[in-house]
Amino acid sequence: MKVKVRFFAAPREAVGMGEVEQELPANAAVGELIDSLTRKYPVLIPYAGFIRIAVNRVYADRETGLHDGDEVAWLPPVGGG
Amino acid sequence: MKFFEITTEAISVDEVIARLADPAIGAVAAFVGVVRNNSEGREVLYLDYEAYPEMAEEALRQIGDEIRARWKTIREVVIVHRVGRLEIGDTAVVIALSAAHRQETFDALRYAIDRLKEIVPIWKKEVWKGGEEWKSEP
Repeated sequence: MKVKVRFFAAPREAVGMGEVEQELPANAAVGELIDSLTRKYPVLIPYAGFIRIAVNRVYADRETGLHDGDEVAWLPPVGGG
Repeated sequence: MKFFEITTEAISVDEVIARLADPAIGAVAAFVGVVRNNSEGREVLYLDYEAYPEMAEEALRQIGDEIRARWKTIREVVIVHRVGRLEIGDTAVVIALSAAHRQETFDALRYAIDRLKEIVPIWKKEVWKGGEEWKSEP
């Protein structure tokens, strides 16, 4: 299956892209996606311990299951206002 | 008319407050966040805000729902956050809420800005002479 991954702020600049597609085994969860992304883009490693993940715009955790076509966001600590 | 909005346009505080218009209200409390020229001893030139806009608007709406569940006297909540390059003195965010009486508006307003900083996917980059930093950087 394939998911769309969106990056923001510092990790977006580190990867050099706002959006990528990632191929994953069927039934993969968020944790496996994070691991695949850090293998593919080692520049993400320093950020991986601090991020939150959103799946289809809802905060998720490492155990959250993924489905083909999901939009996953890699979110560094937020700080608006 | 949107009550929870991420915009790239300049924000007018009056226009945001006007969205609350309702003959039954007697109080409007507003918080206005403005771009400051210094941070941690550095002279800031400008800020660059970025959002995950679709999720950010949903998170702002969630804050409005939380406020009205917690303080029954609050009638409406409006939150507008600007993104993109903002200069010193520009309005970055306006939060306004309405009620028949003022009592609970102040607590609700503080809750709104605290929650915004906690759950809404918005980031800011400070740019100063000779450098820049995402405030979210680890």
